[in-house]
Amino acid sequence: MAQETEKEILGLSEVTIRFAGDSGDGMQLTGSQFSDTTALMGNDLGTLPDYPAEIRAPAGTLYGVSGFQLHFSSSDIHTPGDTPDVLVAMNPAALKINLKDLKQGGMLIANSDSFDAKNLKMAGYEKNPLEDDSLSRYKLVSVPITSLTTNALQDSGLGIKEITRCKNFFTLGLTYWLFNRPLEQTLNWIQTKFAKNKAIADANAKVLKAGYYFGENTELFTTRYTVEPAQFPKGVYRNVSGNEAIALGFTAASLKSGLPLFLGSYPITPASDILHYLSGFKNYGVKTFQAEDEIAGISAAIGASYGGSLAITTTSGPGMALKTEAMGLAVMTELPLVIINIQRGGPSTGLPTKTEQADLFQAIYGRNGESPIPVLATSTPSDCFYMSIEAARIAIKYMTPVILLSDGYIANGTEPWRIPSADELPDIKVKFWDNKEGFAPYLRDENLSRPWVKIGTPGLEHRIGGLEKAHITGNVSYDPDNHDFMVRMRAAKIKKIQDDIPNLEVKYEQEGELLVLGWGGTYGAITEAVMRARAQGNKVSQTHLKYLFPFPKNLGDILKRFKKILIPEINLGQLTTIIRSEFLIAPISFSKVKGLPFKSSEIQNKIIEVLGGSNGK
Amino acid sequence: MANNIGVQAIKYTAKDFSSDQDVRWCPGCGDYSILAQVQRSFPDIGVKKEKIVFVSGIGCSSRFPYYMDTYGFHSIHGRAAAIASGLKIARPDLSVWVATGDGDLMSIGGNHFIHTCRKNMDLKILMFNNRIYGLTKGQYSPTSEKGKITKSTPYGSVDYPFNPLSLALGAEASFVARTFDRDAKHLQEMVKRAAGHKGTAFLEIYQNCNIFNDGAFSILTEKETKADNVLIVEHGKPMVFGKENDKGIKLDGFTPVIIDLKDGKNSINDCFVHDEKDPDPIRAFILAHMTDHPGMPVPIGVMRQIFKETYNEGVDNQIKHITEKKGVGTLEKLLFTESTWEVN
Repeated sequence: MAQETEKEILGLSEVTIRFAGDSGDGMQLTGSQFSDTTALMGNDLGTLPDYPAEIRAPAGTLYGVSGFQLHFSSSDIHTPGDTPDVLVAMNPAALKINLKDLKQGGMLIANSDSFDAKNLKMAGYEKNPLEDDSLSRYKLVSVPITSLTTNALQDSGLGIKEITRCKNFFTLGLTYWLFNRPLEQTLNWIQTKFAKNKAIADANAKVLKAGYYFGENTELFTTRYTVEPAQFPKGVYRNVSGNEAIALGFTAASLKSGLPLFLGSYPITPASDILHYLSGFKNYGVKTFQAEDEIAGISAAIGASYGGSLAITTTSGPGMALKTEAMGLAVMTELPLVIINIQRGGPSTGLPTKTEQADLFQAIYGRNGESPIPVLATSTPSDCFYMSIEAARIAIKYMTPVILLSDGYIANGTEPWRIPSADELPDIKVKFWDNKEGFAPYLRDENLSRPWVKIGTPGLEHRIGGLEKAHITGNVSYDPDNHDFMVRMRAAKIKKIQDDIPNLEVKYEQEGELLVLGWGGTYGAITEAVMRARAQGNKVSQTHLKYLFPFPKNLGDILKRFKKILIPEINLGQLTTIIRSEFLIAPISFSKVKGLPFKSSEIQNKIIEVLGGSNGK
Repeated sequence: MANNIGVQAIKYTAKDFSSDQDVRWCPGCGDYSILAQVQRSFPDIGVKKEKIVFVSGIGCSSRFPYYMDTYGFHSIHGRAAAIASGLKIARPDLSVWVATGDGDLMSIGGNHFIHTCRKNMDLKILMFNNRIYGLTKGQYSPTSEKGKITKSTPYGSVDYPFNPLSLALGAEASFVARTFDRDAKHLQEMVKRAAGHKGTAFLEIYQNCNIFNDGAFSILTEKETKADNVLIVEHGKPMVFGKENDKGIKLDGFTPVIIDLKDGKNSINDCFVHDEKDPDPIRAFILAHMTDHPGMPVPIGVMRQIFKETYNEGVDNQIKHITEKKGVGTLEKLLFTESTWEVN
């Protein structure tokens, strides 16, 4: 064995690394372990899991490639990174798919064992790219990961299939060494995860260490890198994904309001994780109902809301379509309910595992009749926590269904989150009507909300339903004037929420040439793009909508103060259309619908193009 | 407390369950009798009326909640069982009833129905079966007989109907019964039996739609024909029917046959004895399919009643167990897990 040599450690301010391999290679696990360790080290980070809809696509195929990109930094960052500095390719297909994104001169770590004739052919390579000079623009490091893993485990007593499956831990160990990360977090995780199978736990731990020491001993790497912790505000942090934050947010809203939480749901990508998290929260009194279909999911939630629970339903686009009629029922019966749509590529089944923002029209307009529902959108993984609480607050206060839009990108992406203390969170006031005197089911309070009666309250027995209601009494009414009145009343109630949501804030100049207006999961890419464009000397401001219906009160005033409004969206310009019709202005739409988030450089270039060389000054 | 449905403190009368709303069914509709018998039965079921909820879907039968002075929810087509399920899971202290019809429950709501039964959701489902779509003015329904001529099937329907009892049994409902609108006493008895059941109680009620399917059940309701065509099944009793109780049902293998109790060859000891508690569902299926054989009478009564943990009991037991193990959750516990780090 070679003499252990101290290798140079080079400090970097930020790194983007992408792990890519077969969908069965454990790339998502490798990426999430690297993220968790990196978060614990105090770096800021953003992640982008990108995987196919097939669970185990045939090995070696191009369409079976799964990737996980991670951007970590010693300063504040907002995206998973545009172009990787390091690409780990576990097979030829992964190389083929991902090489085009790798930075010029970036590091490419390839599992040379998998570059055999069969895999090369499947990936469409005529010659082995590791052996000709086609990769000369990159720092290529060929590592026989499979055989090194097999060697490490030859005495383990495990079969060849089980041994090969451990190779992602070799990769992880090697990258831990390369970026100077400790092994403890993952070693602990392995022990917990494989507690019931000690042989597998030991094998994974051994391979993780083998990968780490390989880095230390091999001549292949002359340098290792380190990224210093970022300067975060004081506090206790955890790494959180958008879906996890939604589960935490609604459970927190339940604790803050004193209402038991009920989730009615049907499994659907990429929303199912919320159901998974909440089904584990039994000791918080959370009841999860995995229904027979999407319709039963929302219907059961409406039933639970009628019974006095904080009721929610989770889904993605196709499921939203199925829940539409029941949403109308919640509008008519004026019951609190939150419908969470983790948007994915559409229409129809579309791109289940990819991200999109094309359900905005559906959320605002997609029901029969005049059927106003407040629509909120989350902007980052940790923002999902706060917007969930806000959605619950609005639903309860205004006795209305609320749609909360997230997307596949922020649902699966993670970031460090400073955990708030209990008193930083808003109280959610709930008042059930219990007075026999003066009760009527469709009385209105100062918010135009009707009373919420807890079923079981003596003397308040009454009936509600989907037929048009008479003002105050709630009796079935076919009276034309009453219908006109009630349609306007329901609209006025939702419009009134404008008085109860924060004004929109503009970052940088409050007036000028160009404002970039975003909504939802594009926040990170827009923020970074605007920062970079400004660093280049361009004058550009930024604002981000989290309330899509109704809009914040001051939106119109803000739009008037800028000559040009640029709206980047992962759809064909839905917000653009709404803004145009609402405010009679002509915003510039910047749209991309590839199932992938924006790169900040794309938006940055668009900003420069729109400014047309004027720098906005 | 799970299933601690408040025992009534005051004595109710049928009138206490009558709401102030005008009943808007067609004059002569079988629904009037069903409403009256439910209102007459409820003083005896021992539940405070504020703890009773009626959930319905869409259709004539689904107007039912408006006329009951209990809590009520007239929802959307087919979804009553799903809404009622959510309500019962959230509020196990309530007695939750579903008022529905053959179109609402067997057609658009079919999926919710079978899964409600499978899960043994603690709901009482009253299905008014008139074998027609009434509210949409007379199209054939999933329980209409094959060949039915209606507005949407002018040359006769070509599809086979559901057998609701068989469907409920097949979906593992823990209580399956049948009655009809015109037999006030039997209907009341069945409503009370359903009320007392813990788990999914399915009660099919044959109901005459005098506008679009008049006389669908007249053979069972008219004096001259009733006795020879209705078989009242009662637990532990031999199956006997006829004007003079002169006919019996015997099992020939798995096939029910009619025997003459006066011919000297057969006696009451040869009759099929009803066992509604039989853990094996085969006998209940034989009853459900009795009229597949021409000339056989229509059985009414409780076909099957078994007891097993209900869905909401399962949910509550699990919550109790996990809470004992992990302690009551707090905001602190929720947010601060092991994988946290501190920045100073």
